[in-house]
Amino acid sequence: MISLLRSIGLTFLHMFRKRETIQYPEEKIVLHPRWRGRIVLTRDPDGGERCVGCYLCAAACPVDCISLQATEDENGRRYPAFFRINFSRCIFCGYCEEACPTYAIQLTPDFEMGEYNRQNLVYEKEDLLIDSQGKYPGYNYYKVAGLAAGVKGKGEGENEEPPVDIRSLIP
Amino acid sequence: MNEILKYTLMIVIILFTLTTIAAWLIWLERRMLALWQDRYGPNRAGPFGLFIVVADTIKLFFKEDWIPPFAEKAVFVFAPAIVAAAVLLSFVVVPFAPDILVADLDIGLLFFLAMSSLGVYSIVLGGWASNNKYSLLGALRGASQMISYEVFMGLSLMGVVMLSGSFRLTDIVMAQKDLWFVVTQPVAFVLFLTAGIAETHRLPFDIPEAESELVAGFHSEYSGMKFGMFFIGEYLGIILISAMVVTIFFGGWLGPFLPPVVWFTLKTFVFIVFFILLRASLPRPRYDQLMEYGWKIILPIALLNLLVTGAFTLLKN
Repeated sequence: MISLLRSIGLTFLHMFRKRETIQYPEEKIVLHPRWRGRIVLTRDPDGGERCVGCYLCAAACPVDCISLQATEDENGRRYPAFFRINFSRCIFCGYCEEACPTYAIQLTPDFEMGEYNRQNLVYEKEDLLIDSQGKYPGYNYYKVAGLAAGVKGKGEGENEEPPVDIRSLIP
Repeated sequence: MNEILKYTLMIVIILFTLTTIAAWLIWLERRMLALWQDRYGPNRAGPFGLFIVVADTIKLFFKEDWIPPFAEKAVFVFAPAIVAAAVLLSFVVVPFAPDILVADLDIGLLFFLAMSSLGVYSIVLGGWASNNKYSLLGALRGASQMISYEVFMGLSLMGVVMLSGSFRLTDIVMAQKDLWFVVTQPVAFVLFLTAGIAETHRLPFDIPEAESELVAGFHSEYSGMKFGMFFIGEYLGIILISAMVVTIFFGGWLGPFLPPVVWFTLKTFVFIVFFILLRASLPRPRYDQLMEYGWKIILPIALLNLLVTGAFTLLKN
């Protein structure tokens, strides 16, 4: 009986506590930098696409919401011909970001993606590609890769020796 | 002729006010529950979220009114009407103010007890007609809870009847002119409140419904406005029990300065809020525990209270 009265009293006192609710549209929650929200494709410092169309994100995706087609330009640089994410399937697990070898695909702190038409949730490459380097500023995959694809010549990259002339006997 | 017109008008006004308040209680309950759970509750539709009631009603009206093919059709349709009707009938004897009441019966208290226990028929019939094992279990619980709690509900009131010497509710109110019966009959007040909560099937005594055990108990199969009727009946029941507690133990309309109706409404409102506070704070007892409390603890206390009150009345005379 005492415990009953005590719990009634305690519940009554909760009336004067601070509310837990965040009045959403007017008041917004603080989203942390690592929040996994809307997926974007970032660019390298020179403004080129980072994505090399390796399909690793599509392979890692547990709900198969990413589809893309790789192609090459005249310099042999790979890029996606199309890149499509179906956000009505996406579960925002972030595996694509983990799988990406070139830091191209990234998740951002944005969740306000509501649509009235389901078809509008399918984002094409022009919707995904942003004019930013995202979480890794200054990184350019083709500058550290061994391959020459129009960004730099062979052996001219960062921490890279010029190629050895294998026909010469001089060390 | 004039008399008939006056009473018809009174009935219409009371009916309209009660159903409006019962609907508005949905909003009040949600806001108060939220308040006690550190939330805000519905606050978007209209001022303070008051229009949520309108939205809820429109929603209920447009829901599919489905009758399961395995149900006992006639009884299934009829059952929800009983609870609202029985509770509304009890309001016939409730004295809201000296001149605002429908019928000042000389057996008012008995009439209230009879009508409020009729409400259980809607639970039993609704649960049985649904032809669903959970509904039937809920109905069974409702019936047994009603039987055990109805006994001391009546017994706890007999002390008040002894002191006031009348079953007429206006006489009971007038007998509290100097001292409220809650002071002279505190045990009876606690017992009556407990029985009243059980009577309205509110938490913590909502074992016929017990949504964590029996889906939704006796109204598992109900939808649309039939479900709404059960709901309205429940809220009307809260108003009724609060009004009766105020009438019998807290001096009804009596009070200084303010007009009688305002006093009655204020006191009733406090008890309605208390009902909601109980829902926010107390867990539901087990079915067998509820029965045990009823028969082994509360009934002897009620009898003892009656005995002591009787002895005092005898000694005073």
